[in-house]
Amino acid sequence: MKIDWAALGSVFGVSLVVTVALVGLFTLGISGLSRRERAVAQGDSAALAVTGAYACFAACAAAVGYGIYLIVA
Amino acid sequence: MENFSLILAIVVVTALAFDFTNGFHDTANAMATTISTGALKPKVAVAMSAVLNLVGAFLSVEVANTISKGLVDETGIRPEVIFAALVGAILWNLLTWLVGLPSSSSHALMGGLIGATIASAGMGAVHGDVLVTKVLIPAIAAPLVAGIAALLATRLTYSLGKKADGDASKKGYRAGQIASAGLVSLAHGTNDAQKTMGIITLALVAGGTLAPDSDPPMWVILSAGLAIALGTYLGGWRIIRTMGKGLTDLQPQQGFAAQTSAATVILASSHLGFSLSTTHSVSGAVMGAGLGRKGGVVRWSTATRMFVAWGLTLPAAALVGALAEYVTGFGAWGTALVAVFLVGSSAAIWKISRREVIDHTNVNETEEPAGVVTTAMAAVTPPPVGTTTEELSATIPAPSSEPTPSQATV
Repeated sequence: MKIDWAALGSVFGVSLVVTVALVGLFTLGISGLSRRERAVAQGDSAALAVTGAYACFAACAAAVGYGIYLIVA
Repeated sequence: MENFSLILAIVVVTALAFDFTNGFHDTANAMATTISTGALKPKVAVAMSAVLNLVGAFLSVEVANTISKGLVDETGIRPEVIFAALVGAILWNLLTWLVGLPSSSSHALMGGLIGATIASAGMGAVHGDVLVTKVLIPAIAAPLVAGIAALLATRLTYSLGKKADGDASKKGYRAGQIASAGLVSLAHGTNDAQKTMGIITLALVAGGTLAPDSDPPMWVILSAGLAIALGTYLGGWRIIRTMGKGLTDLQPQQGFAAQTSAATVILASSHLGFSLSTTHSVSGAVMGAGLGRKGGVVRWSTATRMFVAWGLTLPAAALVGALAEYVTGFGAWGTALVAVFLVGSSAAIWKISRREVIDHTNVNETEEPAGVVTTAMAAVTPPPVGTTTEELSATIPAPSSEPTPSQATV
C-alpha cells in the first residue's frame, strides 16, 4: 500500500496558507472600509485605508479568478 | 436486443436519479453556511447554487472521462452491475437525507460499485489498498485539513477585524461568503455532475451503444447537468439545517472562514491530485470555524452521528449494491424487482420525511428533527482538536460490524 504523503502534505500546506492568507486579506479589506465609514461619520476621509482595502479585495478577486481557472482547466 | 436497450434505458434513468439525489444532498455543502448566517435568503441561495452547478457541468469532461475510462475495467462490466451500484448509492443518499446527515455521495457511489462488483465478479475484483488510499485516508484527512484551516482563519478574522463593524463589515462578509459558496457550487458541478456523466457513458460503452474511450455525448452532459441542478434547487433542507445550525452556531465571520477554507481545500486537493470529498471538507470547515470563535461550541453528538454515517456510507451502499446485483442476476424479472424495490423504498422514505417537513421556511430553526435518530443534543465543551483524530479513527472501522440499519431497509 502506497500512501501519497507528499500530495497529502502539500494539500494540507497549500490549503492552510491560502485559506489564512485569503481570510486575512479580506478581513483587512473589511477593516479598511469600516474605518472609512467611521472617518466619514466624523467628516474625515481615510484615503490610505480605502486604497489598501481595495488592494486587498483585488488580491482576493484574483484568487477567486485563479480558482475558477483551476475548475475550468 | 430489445431487452438490452431496455436495461440501458433503466440505467440511464437511474443514473439521473442518482444525480438528482446527489444535487440535493450536496446543496448543503455550498449553501448551508450562507443560509444559516443569513447572507442569502434560502431560496436565492439554492437557486444560485443550482445555476452554478449547471454551468459547472458544462465546463469540462475531465472527471467524467476518468470515471468512464479508468475506474473499472470496461470489458467486464454489465449494465446490470451499474444499475445495482446506483440503487445502493441512491438509497443511502435518501436515507442519510431523511435523518439529515451530510455524507459523501461519491463514497455512496463507490460503495455501490464495489458491492455490485463483488457480487458479480467476486472478492478479488476489489483492491483493498486502493480502498484505503482513495477512501479511508481522504475521509480522515479532509475534515482535519479543512477544519484546521478554518479554525486558524476564524481566529485571524476575529482578531484582525476587531475594529471592523457596522454596515461595511456586514456587507463585506456577506459578499465574501457568497463568492466562496459560489466557488464551491461551481466545483461541485464540474465534479459531481460529471461523475454521473461518466457513469452513463460507462453504461453506454458497456451496452455497446458507444465505442470505448468516447467522450460523453451532448445529451448526457445536458441531462446530467439539469438533474443535478434540479436536485440542488429543491434543496436538501434537512442536511442544510444540520450543517448550518446543527453542528455549531455560525456568525458571518465564521461562515466566511469556513466556506473559504472548504473552497480552498476542494480546489487544492483536486488540483494537487489527492481528491478530498466536498462533504467531508465542508463539515470539517464548519466545525473548525465553530471552534475558532471564542465561546463557540461544536455539538459533538451531532458530529459523532455524522462521523458514524461517513463510516457506514461505503459498506451500507456496498451491501445494497451487492444484494441488488444478486437479484438482477436472476434475469429480467430480477431487474424489474430491484427497480420496483428502488421506487417503492424511495417513495416510503419520502413519505416518512413528510411527517416532519423541513424546507426553506424553517431551515434556520435550531431544533433537530426530533425522533428520527436524534438523541438529546447537549452542547458540550469542545475537547481539544487532537481528540478529533481518535474519534474519527474510532468510528470509521465500526461499519463492518454493524451494517444492520441499512439491511433493515432492504
